[in-house]
Amino acid sequence: MRFPIIATALVATNLPATAQDRPTLTVYTYDSFVTDYGPGPQIETDFEAVCGCDLQFVASGDGASLLSRLRLEGARTEADVVLGLDTNLTADAAETGLFAQHGMDDASYDLPVEWDDDMFIPYDWGYFAFVHDTSRVSGEAVPASFEELAGSDLSIVIQDPRSSTPGLGLVMWVEAAYPDRAGEIWQGLSDNIVTVTKGWSEAYGLFLDGEADMVLSYTTSPAYHLIAEDDATKAAAPFAEGHYMQIEVLGTIASTDQPELAAQFMEFMTSDMAQSVIPTTNWMYPAVTPEMGLPDGFGTLVSPDKALLFPAGEAARVRDGAIETWRTALSQ
Amino acid sequence: MPRWPGWIAVAAILSLTLGTLALVAWRAEDSFGLGSGLGPADWAAVRFTLLQATLSAVLSVAAAIPLARALARRAFPGRGLLITLLGAPFILPVIVAVLGLLAVYGRNGFVSQGLSLIGAEPISIYGLTGVVLAHVFFNMPLATRFLLQGWLAIPAERFRLAASLGFSASDTARLLEWPMLRATVPGAALVVFLICTTSFAVALALGGGPAATTVELAIYQAFRLEFDLSRAAFLSLVQVAICTLAAALAFRFAIPAGFGAGLDRTRQRWDAAHWTLRAVDTAAILAATLFLLVPLALVVARGFPALPDLSSATFAAAGRSLWVAAISTALTGITALSLALLIQSLRRGAQLVEGIGYLSIAASPLVIGTGLFIAIFPFASPVALALPVTAVVNTAMSLPFALRALVPALAEAEAAHGRLADSLGLTGWARLRLVLLPRLRRPLGFALGLAAALSMGDLGVIALFADPSEATLPLLLYSQMSAYRMDDAAASGLVLIALSLLAFWIFDRGGRANAHA
Repeated sequence: MRFPIIATALVATNLPATAQDRPTLTVYTYDSFVTDYGPGPQIETDFEAVCGCDLQFVASGDGASLLSRLRLEGARTEADVVLGLDTNLTADAAETGLFAQHGMDDASYDLPVEWDDDMFIPYDWGYFAFVHDTSRVSGEAVPASFEELAGSDLSIVIQDPRSSTPGLGLVMWVEAAYPDRAGEIWQGLSDNIVTVTKGWSEAYGLFLDGEADMVLSYTTSPAYHLIAEDDATKAAAPFAEGHYMQIEVLGTIASTDQPELAAQFMEFMTSDMAQSVIPTTNWMYPAVTPEMGLPDGFGTLVSPDKALLFPAGEAARVRDGAIETWRTALSQ
Repeated sequence: MPRWPGWIAVAAILSLTLGTLALVAWRAEDSFGLGSGLGPADWAAVRFTLLQATLSAVLSVAAAIPLARALARRAFPGRGLLITLLGAPFILPVIVAVLGLLAVYGRNGFVSQGLSLIGAEPISIYGLTGVVLAHVFFNMPLATRFLLQGWLAIPAERFRLAASLGFSASDTARLLEWPMLRATVPGAALVVFLICTTSFAVALALGGGPAATTVELAIYQAFRLEFDLSRAAFLSLVQVAICTLAAALAFRFAIPAGFGAGLDRTRQRWDAAHWTLRAVDTAAILAATLFLLVPLALVVARGFPALPDLSSATFAAAGRSLWVAAISTALTGITALSLALLIQSLRRGAQLVEGIGYLSIAASPLVIGTGLFIAIFPFASPVALALPVTAVVNTAMSLPFALRALVPALAEAEAAHGRLADSLGLTGWARLRLVLLPRLRRPLGFALGLAAALSMGDLGVIALFADPSEATLPLLLYSQMSAYRMDDAAASGLVLIALSLLAFWIFDRGGRANAHA
């Protein structure tokens, strides 16, 4: 998901409605979605061309903080649609009672797993991975597992699992790969961690500034450098434990005053028009492969032998304990 | 003088401090039965809080001793200005100072670049190092002013006597300075310790993950990130326990040494004339000046070129900050004045009421914020009320300083002019307007200036409640910093410094105007 890099996000969030007479659809999302280089601007133009409405993205931090913000606002939230939660959070999000059922027919998604959720629909997916610069870390030095990474001197930047969906994904990844030894793995990693950032944008920015050897991101991240910057030096390290998967979703707020627009936006996000924007702006695999197929650079990406993912219900049960394990190991 | 405004103020303070605490405790109790309580990571936050506060207190005072001694025994051009500047960190927005410290000690800062030139590893400002560094930056000047008062309280006659007895510098240190330090250092250190236990903005900006989390930051994380109200409440109780203990200790020890009275003459220090002592003092003054001024100079230097590119978001945020500061300043003035008048009019219980006014010194803004959230949530959106709530909490935080300035001034005014006013039958509003307010002008101006500057630069409760698109200037600056948009951040920082100093100056100056008329 989420490229480039650091951001005009906060500036872009507060644009006033230009046309008073058009209804406004407010979509809460994460920072990197609405940057100039992210999917936001294109999606906004395309959707406004068909909806006769004013689409407003409101970004506040990374994905996991979306859910806290909704809880903080409760049913009084101004959001009509929330875009950017993932399956680690959907069960909790459903439990807040704030989301409506989408009532859409089961579209045929091109996901590696079956999709069965009556509130949330996926718009893209990817595998978490540690990304490095091959001109600085290469060959034998590239770790092939968490244990090799923990045993190395490589510095890494990760994200806080309480505010960031990649940060949470990493915690779930360690939990899925080492159900009984997660604390031990984290203790091993603790001296590799340079800093824990609030969101993905901050962490990736630090990595690009050379502050760390590796950053937690996605197997698809190198495609951005390859396609947008013609730079083939970034690579994802394949891990023997397998790679945890992220499926990013959107859902409608039950108390929305724009239910039709919200439903139209949900449909739109899985349409060919939106899905063909995703790969080269959010740098993730589209939930529905567009007619023109994936962009060229995607063929060169690491494809994990083994995919890990807790189903949404189980993820909700595992999550708090996994985060506590992370906090405890890193606080010592 | 009607007493009801004072009693309303008392009720408001009690509900803000003890009332929110009760709400929080009630919310925490919900989960006592579930046995969730605090995990190892929370206790690590408690340990980190105590560790950083102790280190900050010890280092601040240790750095303050040579500086205060140098200032006490040297006269040089700019000495008065430097002492005034030592008061500046108090009204300086924390987040701006953090920005300046990053420019000096951050990975791309001067110090790290210098180190890399000689092949050394750059220093890391994130974590314990950075938190303590920022706390020393803020509190070393405060400790210096404390200790300087101690030095100046030693009567000049003592030094004359010492000189006539042929004291060397070390004799003076042993017989005059050491007893004074023994009496003032514990108090100064405890005050710094207390301030550092409730520090939030520094830990938010410079803490690096679970290993460098203070209790105050953990409350924010439990609340804002996990929406775990009962954990936030538990942590709040721990925080209140720490603060109460620290405050009780600070009040107990912060007693000035009694040296007896002396003539208020200029101190001549015959013992300090040797050139090595001159060199030591010069070095102390130069080092402290550089330590304090270079970070701020860098913010200003970086901010100026970026000023033309200030975004509309910055202006909007500045407008919200001005609004918050204006409300909070007005509230502080009204509350402090009502309380001071009440205290003055009470025969019994005056001390108790004054004590209530100081309660918020030991209160944590985030605990108050958490309590207010629990109180507001059933009735309205706390997010929509973020700015008024921030203004109210800022008022509570400024109140002790305002009272400290007003209560003695009011007592003096009443003692000097009260009987005449009584005999003229001046009561109520007329007495306040004609007799008291003109005499309270200076302390009131100072108190309001302080309240305005503190509120302008505050980054606390606003982070708990605000929608990022409705940020105040300090919060916007923090988001710009954490997105590494350092030029934008420096420009916002410059605007924020200017607004804070201007806010202080306007009120303080207003209080001094016509002072000689």
